[in-house]
Amino acid sequence: MTSTKWQRKDLLGLEELSAEEIELILNTATSFKEISERPIKKVPALRGKTVVMFFVEPSTRTRTSFELAAKRLSADTLSIAASTSSLQKGETLKDTVKNIEAMKIDAVVIRHSSSGAPYTLAKILAPSVINAGDGSHEHPTQGLLDMFTIKERKHRIKGLNVSIVGDIMHSRVARSNIWGLTKLGANVTVCAPATLIPAGIEKLPVRVTTDLKEAIKDADVLNVLRIQLERQKDKFFPSIREYMMKFGVSLETLKDAKKDLLIMHPGPINRGVELTPEVADGPYSVILDQVTNGIAVRMAVLFLLLGKKK
Amino acid sequence: MTLKEKAKIMDKEAITKALTRIACEIIEHNKIVEDVAIVGIRNRGEHLGRRIAEIVEAKQGKPVAFGVLDITLYRDDLTDVAEQPIVRQTHVDFDVTEKHIVLVDDVLYTGRTIRCALDEIIDFGRPKSIQLAVLIDRGHRELPIRPDYVGKNIPTSDKEVVEVKLEEFDGKDEVVLAEKA
Repeated sequence: MTSTKWQRKDLLGLEELSAEEIELILNTATSFKEISERPIKKVPALRGKTVVMFFVEPSTRTRTSFELAAKRLSADTLSIAASTSSLQKGETLKDTVKNIEAMKIDAVVIRHSSSGAPYTLAKILAPSVINAGDGSHEHPTQGLLDMFTIKERKHRIKGLNVSIVGDIMHSRVARSNIWGLTKLGANVTVCAPATLIPAGIEKLPVRVTTDLKEAIKDADVLNVLRIQLERQKDKFFPSIREYMMKFGVSLETLKDAKKDLLIMHPGPINRGVELTPEVADGPYSVILDQVTNGIAVRMAVLFLLLGKKK
Repeated sequence: MTLKEKAKIMDKEAITKALTRIACEIIEHNKIVEDVAIVGIRNRGEHLGRRIAEIVEAKQGKPVAFGVLDITLYRDDLTDVAEQPIVRQTHVDFDVTEKHIVLVDDVLYTGRTIRCALDEIIDFGRPKSIQLAVLIDRGHRELPIRPDYVGKNIPTSDKEVVEVKLEEFDGKDEVVLAEKA
């Protein structure tokens, strides 16, 4: 067990965390996992704290997971959706959150389509800010729960070969995974059509390939990203069908994979595009474990940020 | 905080004798050992609890349910502590309903830790009864809590500190009375 203490007010991204801080979150999450198995799934640790879920972009998994995590720690939660908020009347994001702050809350969990929005808010707000996904930048709790799931199955992260397949360019999940995994010593490969690999990738400590076979060979973990169909109008690849043929993961493409390969996916899955149903529901898949572990990881983050005197 | 050692209260032999006596009293008091579960409170209560469970098992020739509680999340001073405590795992892998639970801790002082443990164990179900075993009772209770099994009663002042050291955790078995310097 590390002796690192948590000092930060906010969780904005994995890029700025040290390996020790990441380990502290993962170790704390291990202790929280058991709470969701109890007959009474609640501990009093965050009694009297208020956590606001502010989702300016749609989400089911992440918002539900954060809400359950906060509730299982006895915090009060409330949810604001952009579509029904005063943002529609033209109020700025800054004014909206300053007003919420004036109602004496302790944390804001924010998802926003603009990269960097949580950083701007963290500077102007006294309450803790947790990034639940900002544009194509970072989704730190997803990165953490992916690492937690790998560690739970493989009992280590150091030295593992992890391949991330899909839309690397637009994926905040990919970025948080790359930062987190490489800090803990994993070898990360990214695999995508050349049009979906961002410029400047060589500055990140990853191996790049456009050949799915290459990404699967020797991999201990395959993290398959969602193809963002809403971006298809920008024509990053000729057709969904062609993407599926070259980058879709099926039992056929996995025939040379390691026997103990883990298949992960951050959801929501486009069945039959990036993953065939046989793979998504098959023996390699730990996709639903990721969802279960997400609650433990978010409980750990909320507790570390809020569970002490300010 | 620096501590000045004043007196050695128990050595390895005295600790073993006290735990053996507690184990015998648990057997005598509860009669049906299958209904008893021993639950140690982290950190040192875990090791004391495991030792007591082993003695009960050896004497009765039957396995005894054993669990571990980490009471950090139930502390009443969480919002006041500046240094955040590390949360460790709780393991209660058996059904607590219809069981006589024996909580085990090293030192009974204000009683606040035991209050946390009572709240936590009740979140796992409704035990038939909850009993308390401690190696040292040093007085100064702030809550209406009393032990059922005591290794040794030691009258103390609140400037004093009772240090229980265990082989599993500290490398040796002893109980020392010290004073805040």
